[in-house]
Amino acid sequence: MPALLEASNLEAYYGWSKVLHGLDFTVEQDKVTVVLGANGAGKTTLLRAISGMIRTAGEICFAAERIDGKAPEDIVRRGIAHVPEGRGTFVNLTVEENLRLGAYVRRDKAGIRQDLDRVFHFFPVLKEKSRNPAGVLSGGEQQMLAVARGLMLRPRLLLLDEPSLGLSPVLVTELFRIVREIKESERVTVLLVEQDAVAALELAHQAYLLETGSIVTSGSAAELRENDSIRRSYLGY
Amino acid sequence: MIPFGAPIWGIERIDLMAGLLQQIVSGLSTGGVYASLALALVLIYQATGVVNFAQGEMAMFSTYLAWSMINAGWPYWAAFAATLAIAFVAGILIERIVIRPVENAPVLAIVMVTIGLLTIFNSVAGWIYTYTVKPFPSPFSSTPIKLGPTTISLQDLGVGGVSLVVLIVMYLFFRHTTLGLAMRAVVENPMESRLVGIRVGWMLALGWGLASLVGAVAGMLVAPLVFLEPNMMSGILIYAFASATLGGFNSPGGAVLGGFLMGVIENLVGTYVTFIGTELKLTVALAVILLTLLIKPTGLFGRAAVSRV
Amino acid sequence: MRASRSRSRPEPAVKGSYALKQGGQFESRGTRTAARRLAPRLGLLLVAIAAFLLPGVLSSYQTFEFTQVFIYAVALLGLNILIGYNGQFSLGHGAFYAIGAYTTAIMTTRWDIPYPWAIIAAGALSLVVGFLFGLPALRFEGLYLALATFALALATPQVLKYFDSWTGGSQGIVLDKPSVPLGLPISADQYLYYLSLTILVIALVLAHNLLRGRVGRAIMAIRDNPIAAEAMGVNSALYKSLTFGVSAMYTGVAGALGALAVAFVAPDTFSAFLSINFLVGSVVGGVASISGAIFGAAFIEFVPTYAQEISRAAPWAIFGFTLIIFMYVMPTGVAGLIRRLAVAFGRWMAGEEPAPQAQAAGAEATENGRTSVRAALSKPDLS
Repeated sequence: MPALLEASNLEAYYGWSKVLHGLDFTVEQDKVTVVLGANGAGKTTLLRAISGMIRTAGEICFAAERIDGKAPEDIVRRGIAHVPEGRGTFVNLTVEENLRLGAYVRRDKAGIRQDLDRVFHFFPVLKEKSRNPAGVLSGGEQQMLAVARGLMLRPRLLLLDEPSLGLSPVLVTELFRIVREIKESERVTVLLVEQDAVAALELAHQAYLLETGSIVTSGSAAELRENDSIRRSYLGY
Repeated sequence: MIPFGAPIWGIERIDLMAGLLQQIVSGLSTGGVYASLALALVLIYQATGVVNFAQGEMAMFSTYLAWSMINAGWPYWAAFAATLAIAFVAGILIERIVIRPVENAPVLAIVMVTIGLLTIFNSVAGWIYTYTVKPFPSPFSSTPIKLGPTTISLQDLGVGGVSLVVLIVMYLFFRHTTLGLAMRAVVENPMESRLVGIRVGWMLALGWGLASLVGAVAGMLVAPLVFLEPNMMSGILIYAFASATLGGFNSPGGAVLGGFLMGVIENLVGTYVTFIGTELKLTVALAVILLTLLIKPTGLFGRAAVSRV
Repeated sequence: MRASRSRSRPEPAVKGSYALKQGGQFESRGTRTAARRLAPRLGLLLVAIAAFLLPGVLSSYQTFEFTQVFIYAVALLGLNILIGYNGQFSLGHGAFYAIGAYTTAIMTTRWDIPYPWAIIAAGALSLVVGFLFGLPALRFEGLYLALATFALALATPQVLKYFDSWTGGSQGIVLDKPSVPLGLPISADQYLYYLSLTILVIALVLAHNLLRGRVGRAIMAIRDNPIAAEAMGVNSALYKSLTFGVSAMYTGVAGALGALAVAFVAPDTFSAFLSINFLVGSVVGGVASISGAIFGAAFIEFVPTYAQEISRAAPWAIFGFTLIIFMYVMPTGVAGLIRRLAVAFGRWMAGEEPAPQAQAAGAEATENGRTSVRAALSKPDLS
């Protein structure tokens, strides 16, 4: 399977401190790749590096085009949707307005209408509350809104930053079920960053383990599930 | 004029009511001008956190441009429309050229840049057009129209009406267009907005353009009343400040309401509080600003901004 | 005194007390530090002598211009204390200048009070009014303070015209110039020159001592990190109001002198443009500097005189551009620039390397301990 996204020797900086140290990884097309790691390992930073929000060094290639050093607005236009940590919903705008913003860079009105319906199909609660300000939604609903907004771009690559954060286990299961459903019915490549390793590994094909800014293990999801030491440290059994 | 505090009975009361209504209605007309300028201020404030101290002078300069066109023979509404277009473009250019280099500086530093713009516009207007007061035509005649117990001049009605139209158009723009939605997103969360592909810098420029356009409307509406001279907008700017403070800098709707309120307050205080009369109008505005900041700093309709500590 | 640097140096030009350093190199130490301390003091002395002798070579009008510079310097000193050292803001200091001017005018012409008392009263009244204005103002963010003080500045001429039984209305009040005391062989203009100069020197010394002491540190702590300052026990509210009061007092005294120097007060002289004038002077000179007040005063006094020959509008256009340019490139003003040049020169003299580039954005805000306008006015980044 061809690699949609490829990074070589990727470094990232907050101000003058280097937080990612020369990462090499690939994200295969139409697959779910997951990046695991503890708090502060650099997972969110990795996504920010890809979407152009922080200063980087090294190469990032998306569909054979260099995107490192580009501004976030341009990276979005290439088809990468970033669903950030903490959801990043516009709390004073309505649910529908939030979704429409997801499709901001698109011109095809009919397609946007279609996608809006599709998103309401996957997340019926959003359809119910489409006229409400996003701020009145619960945490779980806001997370769904954030994912849905990402999907409104009709992205080639969806970056999901810790979608399980702050959600109850029931909601996490529900959310991941929906993500699986989306993955199976749409053609979208997903790069998922997660602390909840169990749920994430169920969903993923490929996995990377990040520790203080460096990749310490990589392999197929199955391999990582089998790996004893990883199981013990990160999966807890 | 009835002294403040005297008891009112019978016929005097009816007269008082009619007079009161009269003052309120004509106050709403000038209130429209204050509301427009206040909206312009709030537009820029919400997007950037900066109050554009040059908003009044920009409006004044636009009005002078309109004057030049009318003087050259253009029909009023053609000059009006052309001025709006020029003001819009000028606002965008000023943001991109003058403000952008300091957009990451602290707010008060940017405010100082706007004060610099204030003096430049003021002095260039004086230089080009001299300081002699000029009359500015109004598209509305001053024929009085009876509206129930009150009389209002067509002029006042026109001023209030045009202001209302502009404000409604702005409202529709922000609520029902994609661009308006993008601007609201930028106001709320510029970083998130970048993640959906909004070019934040251009949205800010658009904000300045719209503010300049709305300001130009205010200038052209008020010029027939106060006559055109380089310092004509300074008092109106202070009233716009007071309107936005009263209504809430965080709330465009509030600022607009504040504008209409200030128009009414100006008239009522000027007429009924004898010791203030018409000569201390600016002190009234100052008092409104200070009182609002003391009692409810976020204004009547503003929300308290949560500052992260 | 870096031993590694001196290895490449030629024999020191100034021979003095030497100390033996590592590697057998001789290092002139005591003399250089003594020279470093002496130079600015020598410079100050020269400037003082020049200022004292100046009226001898100037015409009457030129003497008046310099008097005005000293007066503006006192006013700007007040504004600098408020903006540069306490991190507040004011677009309304013209109002305090007006209070000082009119107090003096009314007291000397209506009540026949000798002008020294009038000046003191002007200062006291401005102090009180400034303090009272500062009390509610301390609840406002800098932006609202800008709004409120701008409204104050714009309202001032109206108020002055309204209370015409006190102020003489639009026609203003004519004052008598102070007569030369003790029969000194100088003109009235020259007497005013020396009077203003003396008051300026007193003001400078007072400000210098104030800012160097405990109070000054508290004031600056409030500017740099208001929350931390509170946590350390600084009564922010009191200090901010006091600073506003003191700042107003300086400007009020300046206004008093101004009234005496011009011998005339009228409402339209004290428009909002006067306040903007002061702001420009502060920014040009350097808001967080005492010497900057003098540079700024010279700027706002002399530039309009020459600019007006181009056109009546030129001075304000120039001021506008100046404000903008200074925000872009010279936020620390002339005083900051001179300081930077002096440091660079000093390093060059000592054979040291040029100052390292500022590593983090924070370093840019303070240059040699002097804060730029942008830094003085910004909220500290607590995230």
